[in-house]
Amino acid sequence: MHDVIHDLLGLYNYWIVIILMMTGFYTVIARPNLIKKVIGLFIFQTSVFILFISMAKVEGGTAPIIKEGISVYSNPLPHVLILTAIVVSLATTALGLALVVRIQEAYGTTNEDDIHVQDEED
Amino acid sequence: MDLVLDVLSWVCLLGGAIFLLVGAIGVLRFPDFYTRLHAVSVCDTMGAGLVLVGLMLQGGLSLVTVKLLLMFYFMIFTGPTAVHALAGAALQGKLKPVVDDREP
Amino acid sequence: MEHLIDIALLGLLMITGFAIVRVRSLLAVAMLTSIYSLLSASLFVVLDAVDVALTEAAIGAGISTILMLATVALTTDEEKAPRHTPLLPLVVVIATGAALIYGTLDMPHYGDPEAPVHQHVAPTYLHDTPGEIGVPNVVTSVLASYRGYDTLGEVTVIFTAGAGVLALLGYRTRRRNITGPGIRKLVVLRVIAKLFFPLILLFALYVQFHGDYGPGGGFQAGVIFATGFILYALAFGLGNSQRVIPHQLLRIMMAVGVLIYAAVGIESMLLGGKFLEYRVLADDPITGQHLGIMLIELGIGITVAAVILIIYYGFVSRRH
Repeated sequence: MHDVIHDLLGLYNYWIVIILMMTGFYTVIARPNLIKKVIGLFIFQTSVFILFISMAKVEGGTAPIIKEGISVYSNPLPHVLILTAIVVSLATTALGLALVVRIQEAYGTTNEDDIHVQDEED
Repeated sequence: MDLVLDVLSWVCLLGGAIFLLVGAIGVLRFPDFYTRLHAVSVCDTMGAGLVLVGLMLQGGLSLVTVKLLLMFYFMIFTGPTAVHALAGAALQGKLKPVVDDREP
Repeated sequence: MEHLIDIALLGLLMITGFAIVRVRSLLAVAMLTSIYSLLSASLFVVLDAVDVALTEAAIGAGISTILMLATVALTTDEEKAPRHTPLLPLVVVIATGAALIYGTLDMPHYGDPEAPVHQHVAPTYLHDTPGEIGVPNVVTSVLASYRGYDTLGEVTVIFTAGAGVLALLGYRTRRRNITGPGIRKLVVLRVIAKLFFPLILLFALYVQFHGDYGPGGGFQAGVIFATGFILYALAFGLGNSQRVIPHQLLRIMMAVGVLIYAAVGIESMLLGGKFLEYRVLADDPITGQHLGIMLIELGIGITVAAVILIIYYGFVSRRH
């Protein structure tokens, strides 16, 4: 019993991350609206960020800024990877949204089902 | 002296938390957009302000306190302005407030 | 205590995530996404990643939201119900999730100092940074010096995305201001925007040049700088904002940032070191590292700010 609670607390972060990831994944595959799909990808991305940063945490550590009298720091490497990934995620999200805007202008809709119907008519 | 400061800062922190809680209840309980906005703006400024003051008392005379003061300055300007803009936008969008039109 | 905050924030994140899937109004979804980002930024602070939190708060909660709102304004606010029952996607998602959760059972526990992640290169970075690089913020030293090559790649990706948005949305110069009549009536908003505009730029410079010592650096500073101009454009109209910082200038700046970064690398090769080996830039290795980090952070800041403003201009000038 004690082991189960220990596991639950120790893996809680990862499980929530997986639930968030699946929320984003579901939005991408089940929702027809293109903006909603981009937002689903955004949720997925952010959950991956949380996964990396959770792994970087060291019990009792502080932020990795070297200071006198502190010896335990969290792992700086995932922080670096995710910091740049966040900025890149903005760039890719913007690109996706720009595509959505162009699709709206070309088809007059952002609904995937309607776009398929229009494509089949042509 | 330390004890007095600690007690004061805890009073501020807890007071701020209570204000924020009341604001949150207000958002849930009030009937329409404008009254909800009222609950948020008033309680937010007071609550977050008190929390910051409490933290300043904990920080003492240091760089942290200066940064907290700057945050306080930013907050007392941006919070009400944002709410003002929101209410303005709602009025612009022809959102009618809920009024009690029963005879008194 | 930290665990409690961690658990509460993750719970709120989950609720917000579910709300984003269920809510039909895309305007509300965009705002919920902003809350989602802000919550994850708070979580990053609890998990000791202050640099990441600063970036996520500025980008996720700030600029992504503005872009989503701009897209909603250009398209439609209503999401139509899906045609098919979502049974198959649900099965796929649950199966994938279960497989992933089964995978986590072998993972080291949260906060475990013995986890393999903490054994490989991270101790070296933490141990060598004070002697080799001489900056207290290890995130900056890894980002700009130890893994400078990766970061050059990231900056190039951002540059490419900016060029992509430019190609997709194009750009039209506007002489006329396109603020609605509503915003002109809100005098308070305009006064406060005017008051805060210089402060935001000042803060961006602080974050840019203080990144060696505290949380911050080129990525965050670039974003904050762009936010200042976006605030200006929101309050005073796109036309005025473009008179302050014209589109041609942004297109040049976007490339100049990447070029500064690459030039520092080539300069260190010319001085007899390897690509991006900053210690040859000055007589003293530590001064060289400081100089190199400052220059490439400047390059990052310029590119990020220019790309974000180009993306914003692209979306907003598309209207009408």
